Amino acid sequence: MAVADRSLSPAYGSAARPSLFHRLWHQPVGRLLILPALIYAIIVTQAPFLLTLYYSFQRWNLQRPSTRGFAGLDNYKFLLTRDNAFRDALLNTAIFTVSAVLLSLLVGLFYAELVNHRFPGRGVVRTLLITPFLVMPAAASLTWKNMMLNPTYGAVDWLTRTALPGNPSPNWLGVYPKESIVLVLVWRWAPFMMLILLAGMQSISEEVREAARVDGATAWQEFRSITLPHLSRFMQLGGLLGTVYIVQDFDPIYLMTKGGPGTATTNLSYLTYRKAVEASNVGQGAALGVIVVILSMIVITLLIRWLDRMMRGT
Amino acid sequence: MQTALPRSSSVSPTASRRWALPRRRRGVQKDQASPAWAVLAWIVALVTFFPVLHMVLTGFKHEADAVDLPPRLLPVPGITESAAPAEGVSAEPAADADAPPAEATGGFDIRFDPTLEQYDTILGREFMPFFRNSAVASLGSTALVMLLAIPAAYGLALRPTKKWKDVLFFFISTRFLPASGVIVPLYILFSANGDPRLGGFGLDLLGTMRGLIILYTAMNLPIAIWMLRSFFEEVPRDVLDAARVDGAGVMREMTQILLPMVAPGIAATVFISIIFAWNEFFLAVSLAAVGTSTVPIFMVKFVTAEGLFWAKLAASSTMAVLPIVLLGWIAQKQLVRGLSMGAVK
Repeated sequence: MAVADRSLSPAYGSAARPSLFHRLWHQPVGRLLILPALIYAIIVTQAPFLLTLYYSFQRWNLQRPSTRGFAGLDNYKFLLTRDNAFRDALLNTAIFTVSAVLLSLLVGLFYAELVNHRFPGRGVVRTLLITPFLVMPAAASLTWKNMMLNPTYGAVDWLTRTALPGNPSPNWLGVYPKESIVLVLVWRWAPFMMLILLAGMQSISEEVREAARVDGATAWQEFRSITLPHLSRFMQLGGLLGTVYIVQDFDPIYLMTKGGPGTATTNLSYLTYRKAVEASNVGQGAALGVIVVILSMIVITLLIRWLDRMMRGT
Repeated sequence: MQTALPRSSSVSPTASRRWALPRRRRGVQKDQASPAWAVLAWIVALVTFFPVLHMVLTGFKHEADAVDLPPRLLPVPGITESAAPAEGVSAEPAADADAPPAEATGGFDIRFDPTLEQYDTILGREFMPFFRNSAVASLGSTALVMLLAIPAAYGLALRPTKKWKDVLFFFISTRFLPASGVIVPLYILFSANGDPRLGGFGLDLLGTMRGLIILYTAMNLPIAIWMLRSFFEEVPRDVLDAARVDGAGVMREMTQILLPMVAPGIAATVFISIIFAWNEFFLAVSLAAVGTSTVPIFMVKFVTAEGLFWAKLAASSTMAVLPIVLLGWIAQKQLVRGLSMGAVK
């Protein structure tokens, strides 16, 4: 931050009114460089949102185009007061996000600690562990649904049937739908957390570790009092990025449970999709979109305050 | 309590490779883990990897073997000589699967006769256009992302204006906006005719790859700027000051001094952007049109059309994930570094 734009202070003289081009040309370089990306982001993300806002006040179902008209706040009223699916989706989104982010961090920390020691084949182990993050979620979801969790032919069911007393073979997606979704989310995001935390572990100076070892610290003590405190920033970053992606996750829900049974696994992303795309209810879908965006803004504000602290920290 | 980060040692590109050489220079291997640790790590890794392994192996099975339990994990060419003739998927799973006596593995026969017939079917069914669309969408959007993000990240990190932080947070906040919230307006905007009530203005992007490229660019722009900014932050200021004293302009500073120094960061950002774009599903499935469907759409269509043909599903899944998994395996060191940059600063 030390380098300001000393050389670039605009120096237009007293000549009449500088042209737009002239004014643009004399902007600080930093601003000019940011501008294209900024304009792009504003147009592509905000223009559709304005349209969403407009549609949210419309009564408009594509299947009944003749009934289109101004609806006032009806769409919002319906969602907030009479739609149980909305309430469930809100709750599910919170459950999925919080549990998947926390568990991913925990499991990712475990993965990272595992491969942060030297043993034969460590590179291969690390490679195997990051793979779930790389696998396309759509492919992973279909694999989990069929080859792993299918109650008749799935590998997981076979294992519990064969190895556990009482030979349980539940229909995982039917009996434990939320847990199954969280399992798949954690399976995918724990490697992502591992990538971040591993970098944190690698940046701990070897001298500190060695000093601890010389002082006779056990592996657990070393982990508790050196590794873990050092990792807090990395965990915050992982938690933040994980939240951004997991809160709007769609693929496993669409492909594994279709939001069900009932609304047991419907989150806000999936509910919006169902209303807007499958039920062609543009008005309600848009109102839901606006609510989701407002809720997101609240969460964003909190998270960004957190991020700001994090960036100033240390 | 916090250990000071070795900032000075992680500023140059050569030093950044420190990560790749974990303490090898020390002759003594004090950090060598116990055998039990190694065994634990291997077990965890194999359990985690198992779904992927299962998927890949299933793609090489006859349909009958695919649904057999325990999962047949051991490819042994030619073990079921009589069963499963080349052309066919017999409808009843049990028929030939139970035929070979289970002597080899004490009760469980986990062998299967590998075959490429599923891949023949997949490739014969026009898989390649989907594959090409995915490649166009991810590479095209990544190119555009970098074109926009590199200057922006440079500006934010090295030519900061007063409100640089607000701008950065704005970019990040756009990633929070759920795509499902804007999908209908997007669809209407992208259609040829738009909304008649709003003057019928439409961009006519639905049947084109440009639409997906535009959206994927917006999707990956925030994380790209976030990552790149952190990399630019790390460039030592004295180097830049020296260049400026020598009279280097922005362009020269950028192309000849900065870009080579942040090349590893750019590589990491490119990888992340390609991974997210290739794996994207929601926009792809919502805006899919005949000529623009990407790989995930192929798989979904496949499932709806052929439900439980697991071996074919597994083969197409394997094809779908292969490029990104290979890319990620090759690039794992850049990914480790790239993602954590925001925390190291």
